[in-house]
Amino acid sequence: MSNCKLIKDQAGRRSFISLLGKMCATTAVCSGVGTVALESLPAAATPTPAKPEFPAAGPVPEYDWTKHRWAFGVDATRCIGCLRCVEACKVENKVPLNSQDFRTWVERYVYLEGEDKPRVDSQSDPVNIAAADSPQDYRFSNRYRNEKVTKGFFVPKLCNHCENPPCVQVCPVGATYKTPDGVVLIDEKYCIGCRYCVQACPYGARYFNEETQTTDKCTWCYHRITKGLKPACVDVCPVQARIFGDLNDPSSDISVFIRTHRISVLKPWTGNGPHVFYNGIDGEVT
Amino acid sequence: MYASMQVAAFVVTPFSGYVYPNETVVPWGVLIVVYPYITGLVAGAFIVSSLYHTFRMESFKPVARLALLSALAFLSFAPVALLSHLGHPERSLEAIWTAHWTSAFAAFAYVAGFYAILLVLEIWFAFRVDIVAMSQTAKGAAGRLYRLLTLGSSDVSERALAYDRKWTKVLAAVGIAAAAGLHGYVGFVFGSLKSREWWSSDLMPIIFILSAVVSGVAVLLLVYVVSSKVRRAVIDERCMTGLARVLWAFLLVTMVVEALEYVEMIYRSIEGIAMVELLIAGPIRTGLAIQVVCSVVPFLIVTVLLARDVRGKALIGWMSFTAVLLMSAVLAMRWNVVIGGQELSKTAKGILTYTPPIWGREGVVWASTVLCGSFVFLWALARLLPPWEPVQMSE
Repeated sequence: MSNCKLIKDQAGRRSFISLLGKMCATTAVCSGVGTVALESLPAAATPTPAKPEFPAAGPVPEYDWTKHRWAFGVDATRCIGCLRCVEACKVENKVPLNSQDFRTWVERYVYLEGEDKPRVDSQSDPVNIAAADSPQDYRFSNRYRNEKVTKGFFVPKLCNHCENPPCVQVCPVGATYKTPDGVVLIDEKYCIGCRYCVQACPYGARYFNEETQTTDKCTWCYHRITKGLKPACVDVCPVQARIFGDLNDPSSDISVFIRTHRISVLKPWTGNGPHVFYNGIDGEVT
Repeated sequence: MYASMQVAAFVVTPFSGYVYPNETVVPWGVLIVVYPYITGLVAGAFIVSSLYHTFRMESFKPVARLALLSALAFLSFAPVALLSHLGHPERSLEAIWTAHWTSAFAAFAYVAGFYAILLVLEIWFAFRVDIVAMSQTAKGAAGRLYRLLTLGSSDVSERALAYDRKWTKVLAAVGIAAAAGLHGYVGFVFGSLKSREWWSSDLMPIIFILSAVVSGVAVLLLVYVVSSKVRRAVIDERCMTGLARVLWAFLLVTMVVEALEYVEMIYRSIEGIAMVELLIAGPIRTGLAIQVVCSVVPFLIVTVLLARDVRGKALIGWMSFTAVLLMSAVLAMRWNVVIGGQELSKTAKGILTYTPPIWGREGVVWASTVLCGSFVFLWALARLLPPWEPVQMSE
């Protein structure tokens, strides 16, 4: 099931509210009995305790969203710019196959001899678009082959699923919201398409989907991770430049990655508290 | 081959440097330029009306009621710009029923709604005596409509009229705060976003309020002159001079604060200032030139008109010219803020150059239609409730 479909069918705000209502009713009727739902409710020893308004049963059946704390890692020293992640994401999440709408993308930073600022491009650069074979393919053209490159690296980008997401703050109807497991989602059945969230995101992670007339962005493949799978981009990465896991589990890939690397986040001055952690980027990456 | 297909299939904003891929589609187009522009006209027109109704500045009497109708006409069309911009306008009421209060947008319906109620109430009190008179003279459907508009109150005794005046005065006073709040809020929508260097400024709400008053007074002056010419009525020179004084004062402060905003941004020179300079010298160069020239020239004209106490046709002609320039300046300012902000990439490494489409929902034609619609609605309102004072007719 695609992310859009999942959000449409299950993570709708109305269904969430009605679920909340049912929870309250259950609590009222069964008080003292100790229902399963009540036992698992404020769940657990998470770094950021789940807010009490979240029921254990989230939008996905048999998945307790109060038991996880997802985070993402990017090891830029490993990325080879093959763009398999971008293509996989497009297919997995039904992102329009064009050069301006992306849930994830890859940036290339190249320092040429004698220059102190990097030359930056992504797969959306006109030169790279021209190098692609079809709308389904994305390429980095070999445009620097005749230059003297002193340093170069690739940086995968995606939604940072911030601790204090400005996109959630500005949504006039609450169509975009943060789940207790640390993922920022959009209810496409509720989004009015004002694009205020697109403006508010300092990372350019959101785009307006002309087909649905709503905003869309990376969900860390919520439909996959709630079934125990990894996001599509993580699965297809041939060099393990993308790391994903549960911060509640000290032995998870992401916990180990954070423990064993000197990591940074993008635009920390915004106070957004991004949850995508980078290794191997320099200060020019914004 | 594929590259040319892409260009043909999608409207991608041309850019230089590096911009995030998702930025190549500008999210807010001309409709969001027109929206704060129309809202600004509301605030400016209303404040002139309040100068008479609350502070009893007699020179503004000829335009006081026209200003109220203008404010209502513009206020009625501001949501049209917003609604037609939405991807799902049919869901817009959710912003009222289930408003998400941390959003500046969520407040719009409430702020504008409160203001609309206040405005309609004030219009009713200000026009009640005329409505009663017309309900007694008009025949047929018009008569029924006016009788309906009296709301059953046909008392026009001196005591009742004093009551009307008292309420008009109170509502006008509250309305000044509401007008400032409405437009300050529009400035907040932009100024509160930390994602865009061009918008993120504490001065934004103040600049929006000040420029709103300038554009609102200018449009009112123009509507007054044009409507008087059409009706062959004499234009009140005292009123024109009064409007010139208000314009002069607000224009002066607006220009100083706007200049401070630019100077401060360039003086601070934080990361990305090179791109800001490229933006000023590039995509918004024309808009900025219009904004500056159409502000400075009117200021000089009004200064000379007031200093030399110019009267008669020269005063009316020059003030009308000034009003047109100022309306252009404020429209350019809205463009420079709304579009300019999006032309400066969030990467601080690139610049986009946005050209609005002619047709379509975000096209220039539809945005102009919305803008013109508010004037047509004003014409209809003025037919329903003639705001004209009993003045002598010209020869």
